[in-house]
Amino acid sequence: MSLDSKCPTGPIEDRWEKHKFDMKLVNPANKRKFNIIVVGTGLAGGSAAATLAELGYNVKSFCIQDSPRRAHSIAAQGGINAAKNYPNDGDSVYRLFYDTVKGGDFRSRESNVYRLAQVSNNIIDQCVAQGVPFAREYGGLLTNRSFGGAQVSRTFYARGQTGQQLLIGAYSAMMRQVDLGKIKLFPRREMLDLVTVDGKARGITVRNLVTGEIESHAADAVLLCTGGYGNLYYLSTNAMNSNATAAWRCHKKGAYFANPCYTQIHPTCIPVSGDYQSKLTLMSESLRNDGRVWVPKDKDDKRAPNDIPDEERDYYLERVYPSFGNLAPRDVSSRQAKYRVDEGKGVGATGVAVYLDFRDAIKRVGKEAISAKYGNLFQMYQKITDENPYEVPMKIYPAVHYTMGGLWVDYNLQSTVPGLHVLGEANFSDHGANRLGASALMQGLADGYFVIPYTLGHYLGSHKLEKVSVDDEAFKTSKEDCVQKLQSLLDINGSTTVDEFHRRLGKIMWEYCGMSRNKEGLEKALKEIPALREEFYKDVKVTGQANFKNAELEKAGRVADFLELGELFAKDALTREESCGGHFRSEFQTEDGEATRDDKDFCFASAWEHKGGDWELHKEELDFEYVKLTTRSYK
Amino acid sequence: MSDKNLDLHLKVWKQDGPKAEGHFIDYEAKSVSTDMSFLEMLDVVNEDLISTGKEPIEFDHDCREGICGTCSLVINGEPHGPQKATTTCQLHMRTFDNGDTIYIEPFRAKAFPVIKDLVVDRSAFDRIIQSGGYISVATGNAPDAHAVPVEKAKSDDAFMSAACIGCGACVAACKNASASLFTAAKISHLAAFPQGQPERTLRAQRMVAQMDEEQFGACTNTGACSAACPKEISLENIARMNREYLKSNI
Repeated sequence: MSLDSKCPTGPIEDRWEKHKFDMKLVNPANKRKFNIIVVGTGLAGGSAAATLAELGYNVKSFCIQDSPRRAHSIAAQGGINAAKNYPNDGDSVYRLFYDTVKGGDFRSRESNVYRLAQVSNNIIDQCVAQGVPFAREYGGLLTNRSFGGAQVSRTFYARGQTGQQLLIGAYSAMMRQVDLGKIKLFPRREMLDLVTVDGKARGITVRNLVTGEIESHAADAVLLCTGGYGNLYYLSTNAMNSNATAAWRCHKKGAYFANPCYTQIHPTCIPVSGDYQSKLTLMSESLRNDGRVWVPKDKDDKRAPNDIPDEERDYYLERVYPSFGNLAPRDVSSRQAKYRVDEGKGVGATGVAVYLDFRDAIKRVGKEAISAKYGNLFQMYQKITDENPYEVPMKIYPAVHYTMGGLWVDYNLQSTVPGLHVLGEANFSDHGANRLGASALMQGLADGYFVIPYTLGHYLGSHKLEKVSVDDEAFKTSKEDCVQKLQSLLDINGSTTVDEFHRRLGKIMWEYCGMSRNKEGLEKALKEIPALREEFYKDVKVTGQANFKNAELEKAGRVADFLELGELFAKDALTREESCGGHFRSEFQTEDGEATRDDKDFCFASAWEHKGGDWELHKEELDFEYVKLTTRSYK
Repeated sequence: MSDKNLDLHLKVWKQDGPKAEGHFIDYEAKSVSTDMSFLEMLDVVNEDLISTGKEPIEFDHDCREGICGTCSLVINGEPHGPQKATTTCQLHMRTFDNGDTIYIEPFRAKAFPVIKDLVVDRSAFDRIIQSGGYISVATGNAPDAHAVPVEKAKSDDAFMSAACIGCGACVAACKNASASLFTAAKISHLAAFPQGQPERTLRAQRMVAQMDEEQFGACTNTGACSAACPKEISLENIARMNREYLKSNI
């Protein structure tokens, strides 16, 4: 199959408007005849479910959590970008577009990114109307802050809980539709399979996580809004239950997986402290507005941080990137932290950390002002580490945070399986090889509130969809497959826990597919992952039964899928012989350690087709008509 | 960071289902690092149980950053344990002493039936929000975000109420299992904004009625809810809810 991005042509600022006019519509009376399945209730899924129901579609909404309000979007801290230019500092739709394409290291689609920047302003309007308590000035108007990779202040925020507030906004809009009978909620359900009929996505198979029952649900289209696959690394800032299973099962049913190797390693997380560690905690990028990142100049300096005078500190981000300083983009900042630790200048008990210091900011604006901006983050830091960041600098280190890769989608957010649309972090579309801070919330809500309501109508209006029922063969087969797969996991009855396999996979991924990758390491990963997978199917121990609540069985299915995704990841990273954004190949770098992109041979998105035990690579060539391909520099 | 190891005796509530009878089971947690979170301590206990072929303890958890509201647990009689303004997932073992006995129970309320062990069904909260915890504004209907200025003090107050994570600790802490703090926080949040005014009356009426319908108890103003709340939602919210409700009846 050839990859058609279906991007409109013409002047970039007119493309979305023109496309909206060209797309088919479904008339209001007909909308209620269509049933839509939305899997996931984060910013993308929640906003899509609410908006489609408002339009009149019948929506079934599924999530693995006990309530749609708990999806992991809730944990996003720092903010959401929009091109409002309220601060009058030179922002525009074009600049947000430009920054995002450049920030993504020229590996995203210009048309998609432009549309994202265009609808960004509508998102802020919508959220304010819903009652999202964004930060305000005394005059009653909204205030902004800065995030990495931008020289303007375009980030709207609600203290360090922006994701929570935006998600509660989308959730409340959803719950209003539940009340009106337009959305039916299915919490504590895990999607285990996509059901296709005549090559089109027509339903899903899910496990009821309370009763263990396997259920079939039919529809006219399926929207996958299930987030990213960062937990592939075991330790990440993702929630414990975040997983790739729904996306991976769709991949195995024909949806191409794009750019799996583009992972975002976030520079400011609380460092690992012990083997028992179950997850890593992010400290918002917004902290870099006021915090200064440093390590001691002397690698044997064991003094307490406050005893090290300024002239013996290396404020390395300010030194290496004078124009962006501490607000250098995430990929760049993470790599610099790694270099310092590799040089032996890391701090703390493990030596795998750098300082993020608020001393100067507190001196400048006072403790109270810092507390008003970041109070909850400082409090969280202190709870976890037992250290007071108002008095001693925070210790931070990069951790896996976000995955830019995901299921391949066209401009209409449709995957290579007709009728299967993929939104938010689950798709690959807008961030290229690196996502800028405060852009994930923007993309999730753009997809759900302002893109899919149009493009889904176009799909429904331009296909003849025969009636299907859960009694059809395709549904029955899918159900049987799922039952059998779960039982086979229970039947192994080996001696190693699921978590142990997950930890071991995570170690391979972090070692060979982490902040820096190379051919030799990736080839090792490609041997070790299949071997680990083989061992998993011989020796995993899953307790309990399939027909009742069973958290171990849930985890086992997810880890089984990660053991396959990890292999594709390493393959993708090995194939991409260049460094770009979050994908840094140590063979391809400049003398001072900056990434070297290869636009001649690698200016494409890699879309992998699942072929039994192997994959076939399809390339979507990327054109840059507006933002010229240049070496990204933040110096 | 302190780094000591603790040996602890756990008494954990085990229950096979909503109708089954529950009971405490004893577990020993050996050499627990004080840098572990409470849930990481339970992870380690569970891995030991699984390795010896025993069923692990089921508990709800997800973000482990204190924001999703999934984790619960009543620890030594207190929802989310002894530390103020802290969810169970953010509670660290340095709060405990070597040799301590720790009782771990689910959030208990008639409206929160036990699903298994420490996992309870809190969908009653969703139904309360469904009855009016929103502003009716369909996507695309919104005016420019700056069309309506909001007084900073009011907006900040609204934020304090909106910080509720819907965990249910307020219900578990209340001797009457009242959901007043949860419901009041939403009513206060939306009543503070100009955008929330058109539905103000109906919202108070419907949400209060739903709260009763779900069989949560009445509020007797003891303040246990606010004391247990990991987000320190203040008792003032309940006063505001009562005012809103009273006004809606006039």
